Amino acid sequence: MTKTYLLLLTAALIAAPAAAQDLGAPMGEDGPVERVAVEGDDADGPLRGTVTDESAWSDIGIAIPAFATDRERPTPANADGTGALGREIARVITANLRNNGLFKPVGPDSLPQPGFGQITAPAFGTWSGRGAEMLVHGYVRARDDGRLVVGCYLYDVALQDELVREGWVVGPADWRRAAHKCSDLIFSRLTGESPFFDSRIAYIAETGPKDRRVKRLAIMDSDGANHRFLTLGSATALTPRYSPDYSKILYLSYVDGNPRIYVYDIGTGKQTLVTENRNPTIAPRWSPDGRYILYSMAVAGNTDIYRVPTTGGQSVRLTNNPGIDVGGSYSPDGRKIVFESDRSGSQQCYVMDADGSNQKRISFFGGRCATPEWSPRGDQIAFTRIAGDFNVAVMNTGGGNMRVLTRGWQDEAPTWAPNGRIIQFFRTEKNTGRSAIWQVDLTGQNERRLPTPVDASDPAWGPIRP
Amino acid sequence: MNTKLATILLLASASTLAACAKKAPEQLPPPPETAPTQSYTPTPTPTQSGPAVGTQGHFAAAVGSSTTIYFDTDRYNIDTQDAAALQAQAQYFARYPQVTFTIEGHADERGTREYNLALGERRANAAKNFLVSLGVDPGRISVVSYGKERPVALASNEAAWAQNRRAASVIIN
Repeated sequence: MTKTYLLLLTAALIAAPAAAQDLGAPMGEDGPVERVAVEGDDADGPLRGTVTDESAWSDIGIAIPAFATDRERPTPANADGTGALGREIARVITANLRNNGLFKPVGPDSLPQPGFGQITAPAFGTWSGRGAEMLVHGYVRARDDGRLVVGCYLYDVALQDELVREGWVVGPADWRRAAHKCSDLIFSRLTGESPFFDSRIAYIAETGPKDRRVKRLAIMDSDGANHRFLTLGSATALTPRYSPDYSKILYLSYVDGNPRIYVYDIGTGKQTLVTENRNPTIAPRWSPDGRYILYSMAVAGNTDIYRVPTTGGQSVRLTNNPGIDVGGSYSPDGRKIVFESDRSGSQQCYVMDADGSNQKRISFFGGRCATPEWSPRGDQIAFTRIAGDFNVAVMNTGGGNMRVLTRGWQDEAPTWAPNGRIIQFFRTEKNTGRSAIWQVDLTGQNERRLPTPVDASDPAWGPIRP
Repeated sequence: MNTKLATILLLASASTLAACAKKAPEQLPPPPETAPTQSYTPTPTPTQSGPAVGTQGHFAAAVGSSTTIYFDTDRYNIDTQDAAALQAQAQYFARYPQVTFTIEGHADERGTREYNLALGERRANAAKNFLVSLGVDPGRISVVSYGKERPVALASNEAAWAQNRRAASVIIN
């Protein structure tokens, strides 16, 4: 026992100096996806017009058969070639549309497969006979340079009309992004909302018993695919935040034995302290334009909120209060910050101007208000409501119209989808301490658990990718 | 304020500190009332055979359960029971002036993660300030908050939460 302990100690000692490298290899940055003209673009444009009743879109039946291919070719994206890849893409789109609870898609595994020629000239009779109201078609073409062209079409079956089409060129490794772009195209066209599927999530992967949890920085696509651990787990990692351009992640690490905020550069794998200061720093946040970082720092036990330029330099203290002031989330225009403070005796939510002036409390509905996050749409603030249990709730930016969206024992730390319609959070189980990422829409009715390889907490949803 | 001194110390022993901090779960799980070393120490007078000065075992043998103080929900004030424990600690640290130590601040699981980190920091500093008021050199004291990340009692009930709302003194050397 003692020996093991000594070994562990030694390991910890050795790990400490090297722990700055407690990260995976650098990974490619997220470039924009190239848009291209697709099959049928030269033909006469189909009739266009308002075809869907917005109030009914949640019940729409959508058929998503396998995407066709012009010519079966091998591709690194799928061992069985472009035809099999077309089926996979349709599966990803089906899962995306089904999982947010708003559509009733039917996927390629229970549908006939259209030929390449039918992509721009659907056999509407077949699809109306199956009760489909909407039809998604698409194709995959492998170019000679190895890149893939993916076309995506949405048809209204009853009107026999094309609603929207788009095409993208992606590297074979990025084929899922084409599926997400197509999902976004369909979602936006049918709901009038902004897209959100082509986005990523940073979070904390958790393993081990409750008193010795290993907490690692991890990232994944919005649907849980392309999962990757970024730290090894020798140092506890907490509270990540993706930069608006996905090039960096802010997070807290105990890598030097103390809680400190680091800026991790995804491209180079390097990480730096957010501020050269020996005080503990917690709760990192980006400004919407990525030019500033908010962090909270404890000096002689008292925590206040500070702002520092991303490029480094002088920190500005935004709160100066004997209570705990922590966190902070910018309004999308960057002019205001919502944060939490216990200056009144318990955790409550406050709004201030971006320079720290005009601090005023907005939460007056009983219970406590913690971890406020401003919606990317600007109209709502999500937060952890503590009133016995912990629940995710939303309110308007003045603190009115509070609505509780979840009913778990401990639901904590909401993060917004890029379009401000869905919220992710983490739910902790009583006694075991096991945690998982869940999501809920603004109606509170569509709630589901996200698949992660191990337990998960602290989700941070990044913006829509270019 | 002696933050600078503490800072230097912290820099000098950053890796040691990291390692020592990991001790806490190993040391703390046994109920604090029983000081295990006393059961087989034949005489109350100090002998060469017990744990060495500068170890957590030596400290725990000397002050018993007073290595750790406990807080009410969301509070960080030092009550009379805490004060008595910290006085026992202060006597120990006065007797062994070469010993340096870390105060680890903790919170129970019924708080949000970031707030609890700040709360643990507040609690550890409250303990530190009290020890300093009793004459302990602040340069000997490091402070670290673990928020709710390192519970010692694992159930989700009032009794477990009460044990987890704590500031534990852990010997560095």
